[in-house]
Amino acid sequence: MLNGVDISARKGSVTALLGANGAGKTTTLECAQGLQRPDGGVIRLLGEDPWHAGAHLRSRVGVMLQEGGLPPSSRPLPLLRHVAGMYGNPRDLDGLVTRLGIDAFASTGIRRLSGGQKQRLALACALVGNPEVVFLDEPSAGLDPQSRSIVFDLIGELREEGLAIILTTHLLDDAQKLADYVYIMEAGHTVAQGTVAELTAHDDGGFREIRFEAPQQLVLPETLFGHLLAVELKPGRYSISGNLTPNDLAVLARWWADCEILPTSITMTSRSLEDVFLDISGRNAR
Amino acid sequence: MSAASLGTRVLRQGGYEAATMLRNGEQLVLAIALPLLVLFGLVVTPVLDGFGGSRIDVAVPGVVALCAMSTAFTGQGISTGFDRRYGVLRFLSTTPLGRAGLIFGKVLGVGLVLAVQLAVIGTAALVLGWRPDPSGLLPALVLLIPGAAAFTALGLLVAGTLRPEATLAVTNLLWILLAVGGGVVLPADILPAAVQPFIKVLPSAALGEGLRDALVQGSINLPALLLLTAWAAVASLAAIRWFKWS
Repeated sequence: MLNGVDISARKGSVTALLGANGAGKTTTLECAQGLQRPDGGVIRLLGEDPWHAGAHLRSRVGVMLQEGGLPPSSRPLPLLRHVAGMYGNPRDLDGLVTRLGIDAFASTGIRRLSGGQKQRLALACALVGNPEVVFLDEPSAGLDPQSRSIVFDLIGELREEGLAIILTTHLLDDAQKLADYVYIMEAGHTVAQGTVAELTAHDDGGFREIRFEAPQQLVLPETLFGHLLAVELKPGRYSISGNLTPNDLAVLARWWADCEILPTSITMTSRSLEDVFLDISGRNAR
Repeated sequence: MSAASLGTRVLRQGGYEAATMLRNGEQLVLAIALPLLVLFGLVVTPVLDGFGGSRIDVAVPGVVALCAMSTAFTGQGISTGFDRRYGVLRFLSTTPLGRAGLIFGKVLGVGLVLAVQLAVIGTAALVLGWRPDPSGLLPALVLLIPGAAAFTALGLLVAGTLRPEATLAVTNLLWILLAVGGGVVLPADILPAAVQPFIKVLPSAALGEGLRDALVQGSINLPALLLLTAWAAVASLAAIRWFKWS
């Protein structure tokens, strides 16, 4: 059930719907694809109502469903040829097959393909018609690292070609790597939106996390880091996070000096999309 | 960025559906092997003696009706049920083919497989001495159209409302029950008088009787034609109303 979803996607950019399972990502895509009819609200796909989409509009849109939509009894190459036959101006099939590494399993029965192979084939089916808009529902699900880099590179190229790409993911890492613009969804509505940079920079107020390792176990003095969160991750590994000021760094360094500790490693990171996501989820959970 | 023409899309989908059915082992057994077996069985046993023609002449129309049932209802129903489970219907409906094109493609696929079945059964029958009434060939073809349409719509109705495993069970079971007691290969007159009125309104009996009247006597069974048309219309409306794409 969706209520309060406000999303738009542009040409030449990757728009990600990010959220946990059941947040309404797939339902949102299905309404935009014309597979489900919403009870209310307005959806425009290339200026038209997707529910009443004719063949011409459908030819401009490529869809990769979460469950793939591939007939198990078929074989990759014949299936791709068949899907390509529905379009007037399909993509170069050989190029697509080579690009996605489908030639390695072109005549294996689809029911015997691995998850990553099926995902690559489903992506090829979505792209074979030379679409202007592509919907990818969980494109990275079940991908091995090699398939993942092939798929991610291709999505980047499609963006350069000027396609509008709308994808869903529950992996923050994917959104951070792929997306130009992110909508965070929760319980059927959008709760935050922006570019990855905006979302991570927005009111972070100087949030940083410092992690360091010490050669021996330490007792973190509570008073020293009054406004910061100091935790022992495991003996010898510590995390200090919060709105760090330059002065906090000096205090930390002085404490190391007083204790005569020379850390074996120090890293400092700013807010990740994960922190934004957890902030929002946490806030709504409370 | 553009779509192939509607005719091209439907033709391609029909060809694809037919090729998929004819490549599938179980479907071939149902579509070709079992009807051939039934044909031979009816020729070597005396069950059809006394029905106004030679054994083979009375047997062939029933076997043709059986073919239509196996392809349009059971075979098509099972493949559609599993396509629905795997999201194939949903995916194809997002391509230029669309929902309507998908259905037309399935109907065409059934027609193509039926043509292959008729060629195989017809050849085997001619070798076995089948001599149909030539004036009945056209009426038989006319009757096959609403007959196949009715069974296709019924198959879609089952596939679009039940789980694929249930569709598999229901369509196979009905195929056997109708083949034996549905007036298809065995004329309904063989059955107990009490059940005959019920059996004779079934599409199976209408198709079987109608084809026998056409091919054995060269006559047109108008009530059977009307009954099949009514079944096709009602089943299509029901399928449109209740078919679930996912």
